Amino acid sequence: MGDLAAEKHVRYILSVEKKKDSFESVVMEHLRMNGAYWGLTALDILGKLHVVDVDEVVSWIISCQHESGGFGGNVEHDPHILYTLSAVQVLALFNKLDVIDVDRVTGYIVSLQNEDGSFSGDIWGEVDTRFSYIAICCLSILRRLDRINVEKAVKYIISCKNMDGGFGCTPGGESHAGQIFCCVGALAITGSLDLIDKDLLGWWLCERQVKSGGLNGRPEKDPDVCYSWWVLSSLIMIDRVHWISKEKLIKFILDCQDTENGGISDRPDDAVDVFHTYFGVAGLSLLEYPGLKPIDPAYALPVDVVNQIFFSK
Amino acid sequence: MHGQPRKSLKQEDESLLSAKAEKLRALQSQFFANHRNRIYTQEALDLSAKLLEGNPECYTAWNYRKLAVQHNLSRSDPNYVAYLFDQELKLVENALRKNYKSYGAWYHRKWVLSKGHSSIDNELRLLNGFQKADSRNFHAWNYRRFVTSLMKRSDEDELIYTEEVIGENFSNYSAWHNRSVLLSNLFKRKAEEFPLEEKVLQEYEHVRSAIFTDPADQSGWFYHLWLIDLTVKNYAPLLVSSWPSHGSSITLNGNNCIDGCGLSLLNSTLSDTRTLPVILYFNQAVEGVNLSTVTVKSEHLKEDLVWKPLITNNSSTAQVWGAYLNLGNMELEQSKTYSIEIAIGHSMGIVSSNGYQYGDPSQIAFKLCVQSACTKPVEEQGGKLTSWKDNNFQKIDHFEDSDSTVTADLHIPTTSYWCMKAIEEEITNFRELLSEDACKIGKLSLARLLTALDLSTHQHDKRKNHTEEVLKLYTDLVELDPTHSLYYKDEHSLVLLQQITSSRESLLPYCHYYKDATEANTSYVCLRLQNLSLSRMGSIENLLWVQMLDLSHNELRSIEGLEAMQLLSSLNLSHNKFGSFTALEPLRSLKSLKVLDISYNELGSHSIDTRRYLCSSPLANTEAFDWDRFEILCGSFSSTKFWEAFLIFESLNLTDLNVTGNAVADENFTSFIGKVLPTLKWLNSEELS
Repeated sequence: MGDLAAEKHVRYILSVEKKKDSFESVVMEHLRMNGAYWGLTALDILGKLHVVDVDEVVSWIISCQHESGGFGGNVEHDPHILYTLSAVQVLALFNKLDVIDVDRVTGYIVSLQNEDGSFSGDIWGEVDTRFSYIAICCLSILRRLDRINVEKAVKYIISCKNMDGGFGCTPGGESHAGQIFCCVGALAITGSLDLIDKDLLGWWLCERQVKSGGLNGRPEKDPDVCYSWWVLSSLIMIDRVHWISKEKLIKFILDCQDTENGGISDRPDDAVDVFHTYFGVAGLSLLEYPGLKPIDPAYALPVDVVNQIFFSK
Repeated sequence: MHGQPRKSLKQEDESLLSAKAEKLRALQSQFFANHRNRIYTQEALDLSAKLLEGNPECYTAWNYRKLAVQHNLSRSDPNYVAYLFDQELKLVENALRKNYKSYGAWYHRKWVLSKGHSSIDNELRLLNGFQKADSRNFHAWNYRRFVTSLMKRSDEDELIYTEEVIGENFSNYSAWHNRSVLLSNLFKRKAEEFPLEEKVLQEYEHVRSAIFTDPADQSGWFYHLWLIDLTVKNYAPLLVSSWPSHGSSITLNGNNCIDGCGLSLLNSTLSDTRTLPVILYFNQAVEGVNLSTVTVKSEHLKEDLVWKPLITNNSSTAQVWGAYLNLGNMELEQSKTYSIEIAIGHSMGIVSSNGYQYGDPSQIAFKLCVQSACTKPVEEQGGKLTSWKDNNFQKIDHFEDSDSTVTADLHIPTTSYWCMKAIEEEITNFRELLSEDACKIGKLSLARLLTALDLSTHQHDKRKNHTEEVLKLYTDLVELDPTHSLYYKDEHSLVLLQQITSSRESLLPYCHYYKDATEANTSYVCLRLQNLSLSRMGSIENLLWVQMLDLSHNELRSIEGLEAMQLLSSLNLSHNKFGSFTALEPLRSLKSLKVLDISYNELGSHSIDTRRYLCSSPLANTEAFDWDRFEILCGSFSSTKFWEAFLIFESLNLTDLNVTGNAVADENFTSFIGKVLPTLKWLNSEELS
C-alpha cells in the first residue's frame, strides 16, 4: 500500500474531461451531469477545484436545464431528477446557486411527488427511494423543503424498510447499500433518524466489510470501492462507523489506485473511472485521511460548502 | 467500469474503438434529431432501437420510445397495437441481454405492461431465465414482485418458489429476504391460516440448516435474528419504568428541594425552579401521551401536567415522556405528606409507531413529604467547585429500607410458553453447533438468545441469569473477529450496565457519598460508573433517579438516552472518546444540569462528525438557527465554526464546566464559552471573575 496519489488523481480527473470523443465518453455522455458532480467534488476534496473554469461549467449546466425546471444528463437529453440534483450540487460547490431560478427547480421537484409520498424520477413515473433522497436533498440545499409533504415522504421511505433494518427501492425490495444511503440520507435531512433501528442496520452495514478490508453492497457479494461511500456514509449518519476497521478499508481503497496514470477502480487492478475515483476519494475523506477536505455524509458535498449554506447569514 | 481489467490499449484496439465511438456518435445525433422533431416512423423507431441495444443506459431514448408508443396508439387497429407492445417487449429483452442491470430497460417493460399486454405468463418465463443466470439480481426480484402482483399470484405460491430457490442453493440472501416479505404479509393478512408461533418454529429449523451448513455464509444470519425478534417482541407498548417510581416517597426540604427518604441525595438542584419532573419510560417509541391518556389524581395539583416527548427532533413519538409538577403552585405545608397517583393508559390513545395500543393500564402512586425547612442556608448556585477526586467519595454500606428513590423497577410482562420454549430450543441447538465449530455467528447468536431469555424471564437473580456467560461470549468475539471488535465491545457494555443496574443490591457498590471537603454536613449520592471500559451507555431506564453521575475514564462516544435523566445536576464525562459537541445533545434537555466535566476527550480532533445528523439542527431541518440569540451572545464569533457548540451550550445553565484536554479548547474557544454561558462560575477549575 502506498499513499494517496493525489496529484495523479487530479490529473486523471482533468484528463477525462478532455477525452470527449473516446468510446467510453460517448457511451457515458447521457450522465455527464453526474460525471461533472463526481469529478468536481473529488477535485474539491483534493483541494484543486480552483483549476476549473467556473463560467464554462456553469453555462454548460444552465444549457442542460429544461422549461420544466429540471435538468438533463447532458445537452439534448430529457430532464430527470437524477441530474437535477447533480446540477444543484455542482452549483453549490461553486457557490453559484443564485444563477438559477430556484422556484422553477423547486416546482419541478414538487411536481414529482406522488400521492403516497414517494417520488417519480421524471414524468414517466418510475418510483424509487433514490428519487426520494434526491428530492429531499435538493430541496434542502435550495432551502425549500417545506414545499413538499415531508411527513408522507418519510412514511413512504419507512414503508421500504426490511427485516434486516435496511431499505429497498420500493416496498418489498431487497436491502442494498446504495439504497440504504439514499434512505438514511433522506431521513437524516428530515431529522427522522429515530425511525431507524440503528443497531440492527449498523450490524448489517458493518458486516459488509470483507476479509480484504473492502466493503460489499449486499451479503455474499464482492467488495467494491463505491461502497466505501454508500456503506460508510450510512454508518456515519447512524454513528456506528467504529464497528468496522478503518485501517483495513483505507488500505483497500489505496490498493485500488492506478498509481501510474491516476484514478481509482472498483477493485485492485481493474480499469479506473471517474465514478470510482470520486467514491474512493470521498471514502478516504470520511475515513479522515490526512490532507483531504471533510465531506458531509448526507448532502454528499464538502462540509465547508454545506456549513456555508446552513450557517451563514 | 465494474470488473473490467486495467490495461493500456494497443494501437489497433484504439483505432477500432475510435471508429466505434464515431459510429455511436452519429447514431446519437440522428436520434436526437428525431426526438426533437417528434418523428415516430418505423425507420426512426428502428434507429432508436439500434441505439438502445448498443447502449441500454441512454434514458432519453427510452423516453422517446414511450412517446412513440403513445403517438402510435392513437391508431386503433388492435393487431397493430399488439405488434407495438411486442416490439417494445422484444427491445427490452435485447437490451437486458446487453445489460441486465439497466434501470431504464426494466422500467420500460413495466411501463409497457401497464399500458396493456397479451400474455403475462411470458413474463414469468423470461424472469426465470434471468433469475437462473443471476439468482441475486435485485432488478429481476423487484420485477418478479411486480409481475406476481399484476397476475395476482398468491403469496403462498411465491413462498414455495423461494423454498425451491433456497433448496437449490441456500446461499441466496435475496430469496431469504423475499421470504421475510411474504411471511410478514401473510402474518398480517391471514393470521388464522398462518399462525405466527407455528411458522416461526418451522422457520427456525429452515434457517438453521442454512447457518449450520456453512456458518461463515451470511445468507441466513439476518433472517435468524429476525426470527428471534418475532419470538420475543412486545408489540403493544408497555411502561418500563418511571420517576418517581410506584410506591416511592419523595422528601422535599423546606425549600422544595428533592430528598430521597433516609438517603440524602444531592439536594440543591431543583430548588430554584420549584418543579418536580415526572418521567414515563416506555419499551418503545409511542405517541399520544397527554391529559386524556395519563391522568393525575392529587388534591393539591392546581394545573394540568403538560406531557412532552423527551426527544429534540420535533417528533410526536418518543420512548420517554416527561412533565413537570409545579410545586410552587401546590401550597404544600410543612411536615405533611401528599399522595399523587398517575394512571397510565386507562383510556385508549397511547400508540406505538406500528399502530399497537398501549397494552398494560397501570398506576404509579407516590408520596411527597415536606420536611421542615433546612437549617442551613441554601447555598448560592455554583458557589463551590465540584471535585471528582476519589477522596471526596465514600462508599455506602447499605441502603435504608425506607429509601425508595434508588430503584431498578423494570416492568417486564410475562412471556408466553412457546416463546420461552423456542428460545430455549435455539440455545440448545447453538450450543451444539459451538461444540463442533467455535464460529462467530454461533457465539453471537448464543449471546443474543441468552440475553433474550434473561429479559423475557426477568431473571435478575444472579444465580439463574446468564449475564456472565454472555459477557464471556462478547469478550471471545472481540478476539475472534477483530474487524468488528467495537461492535462486540458496545454490546458488552450494554450487558454490563444491565447487570450493574438490575437491582438495588447490584447498584450498591457503585453508589458513593459525595463529601464536599469544606462542608462536613452535606453528603450527596453519586453513581460512579468510572473506569469500566464502557463504550456505550445503556439501561438508562434504571437510572432515572440519579442526580450526580461519574462516567469518567471510559470509552464513551455518545450519551444517547441520557435526556431521560431529568434529575441530573452533575455529570463527569472526562477521559472518554467524545469527538464532537453534537454528541452532547441529550444534555440540552437536562434543565437541572449545573456541573459538566468533559475534559480530556477528542473534541476538535475529528474532521468527520458522526453525531452530526443525530442532533437536531438546521442541517436536519428540525430547527432554525437562532440568529438573534447568536448575535446577542456571541456575534463576533464565526457561526460556521461555532454553530455546534452554540447549539449545545446556549440552552444550558451550567455553573461549572471543564473542557481542558481537548483540541478545541484554545483561547478563542474559552472566550466564546464565556459569552455563551453567562451563568458560568467555574471554567476549567478556575473561578471566573
